[in-house]
Amino acid sequence: MRELKFKPKSKLREFLGEKFIAVNAMVALIAILLIFVFIFKEALPVFTDPEVQEEASVGKMLFKQEYYEGRDPKFSWQPNSEVPKFSLYPLFLGTIKAALIAMLVAIPLGVGSAIYSSEFAGRRTREIIKPAIEMLAAIPSVVLGFFALMILATFLQDTFGLLFRLNAINAGIALGLAVVPIIFTVAEDAMTSVPRELRDAAIALGANPWQVSITMVLPAAMPGIAAGIVLGFGRAVGETMIVLMASGNAAIVSGSFVESIRTFSATIAAELAEVVFGDTHYTVLFFIGSLLFIFTFIINLAGDMILDRLKHRLQGKTR
Amino acid sequence: MHRDMSVKEAERKIAEKSMNIQPRVKVSATNLNFFYGKLQALHDVSLDMEENRVTALIGPSGCGKSTFLRTLNRMNETIPGTRLEGTVTLDGRNIYREFDEPSQIRTRVGMVFQKSNPFPKSIYENVAYGLRVNGIKEKHLIDQVVEESLKRAALWEEVKDKLDHSAFMLSGGQQQRLCIARALAVRPEVILMDEPASALDPISTSRIEDLIAELKNSFTIVIVTHNMQQAARVSDYTAFFFEGQLIEAGETQQMFTRPGIKKTEDYITGRFG
Repeated sequence: MRELKFKPKSKLREFLGEKFIAVNAMVALIAILLIFVFIFKEALPVFTDPEVQEEASVGKMLFKQEYYEGRDPKFSWQPNSEVPKFSLYPLFLGTIKAALIAMLVAIPLGVGSAIYSSEFAGRRTREIIKPAIEMLAAIPSVVLGFFALMILATFLQDTFGLLFRLNAINAGIALGLAVVPIIFTVAEDAMTSVPRELRDAAIALGANPWQVSITMVLPAAMPGIAAGIVLGFGRAVGETMIVLMASGNAAIVSGSFVESIRTFSATIAAELAEVVFGDTHYTVLFFIGSLLFIFTFIINLAGDMILDRLKHRLQGKTR
Repeated sequence: MHRDMSVKEAERKIAEKSMNIQPRVKVSATNLNFFYGKLQALHDVSLDMEENRVTALIGPSGCGKSTFLRTLNRMNETIPGTRLEGTVTLDGRNIYREFDEPSQIRTRVGMVFQKSNPFPKSIYENVAYGLRVNGIKEKHLIDQVVEESLKRAALWEEVKDKLDHSAFMLSGGQQQRLCIARALAVRPEVILMDEPASALDPISTSRIEDLIAELKNSFTIVIVTHNMQQAARVSDYTAFFFEGQLIEAGETQQMFTRPGIKKTEDYITGRFG
């Protein structure tokens, strides 16, 4: 029999290959870090530059200001006016209103379809619904925005006789469609990962399928569903194109959901191209960007942590 | 402890004989055929299981013993694409025909699984679950049944001060006894056990076996086991399955000392399997 001669492995090739892959992995991390540093650097004058603070200190952005002598102090976002006004409150209100409507639309749709898909749908139905809902995430947000701007807005206005065509409800519904697949995917994952043994145990105790899903699977998967909602909220706050197109972009302070709104993200998108490099307006936009960045970062981190804990819990570990 | 049991056992058998008590057939399977899609997993299996007795199902992996066990409380119906022919009766009533809902069977025929599978809930809620899904709401009644079930499963003393703790805090053996308590809480008449001790250490295993010996005074028990010694220790009757067929069934003592069929002897003596 012939002797087997094994070829010695190339140490160098192994070393280079490993390093190459490692560098690739690091690039994403470095990119995030650089973006982080850049945005914060541009926003920094809000805290340090007296000239910027004259018009837009943190206090001026947060609280009511008396912009004209003798008139009532108010919140106002008018960065290009004779007297530039940089109150963040109207934008905050717009962002929250849009996100709130989006969540009101997306939570029942997302969680409901997740329960249906994981607990009740037959295999064939499931193979259709799941990709179909996840396909919603693949629709470019500009298309959703276009749909809301041209079709949904007209429909809502005609049906409910609204004064403003583009408003918080209109933008919120379209935004909700963008959030549904996030909530659906995460919640469905959490529910299907509830082990078969647990379902069997519940069934063996006389629970019917509805009871199994409501009293066993749903509580067990609740952290996952919560994580889906949290991640969805992050998307609703950060999403730009839909609100830019469908919200009317008026920075109004109002509790009404049928008036136009302007969100943080849409403000950056609409105004950043028009500002003078390094002036107050520019700095404030970066400050808003930093806020969004920090917010979505925390939201995503929280969502991941919840999911991580859920996995441990379902595998029967405590920590 | 074991000797005590066997002495008691012998005394009981003598007493029963002298009083002429015939053990009653509790669960009976007749001409069962079972299919996973096109694959036939059980071939014409007929077996009677007597009240207050332990019937052990033995055989190599894939022989159909677990499948057979699951047909006794209609758990087989949770797997899509399966089909069953033949009858299973509980106290003479066909469990597939004469009950409206499978859940009515499952509260009378409880089940304990191979892997201890407590719910991600508290110890108390684990035991109470079966009561809650069957519409029992009275707090004091649930309290009472939870305590009673944990006592019967020989777990009460260990957990009575931490009923609100997560069930995952318990050791593997305790978790399995919790699962037994959970099954007992709906007051079944029959308990099916699918290799209940296969994932446990020897001490926990022996506690489970003691528990089975205790429980058979009140229940009919059917147990699937891979462990020959365990079958010999805990059961009154043994049924040997091979390739989806019931090869031989009889009194455990006889099966292990004078099996009637060569294949049974080969398996029991460890020549294959």
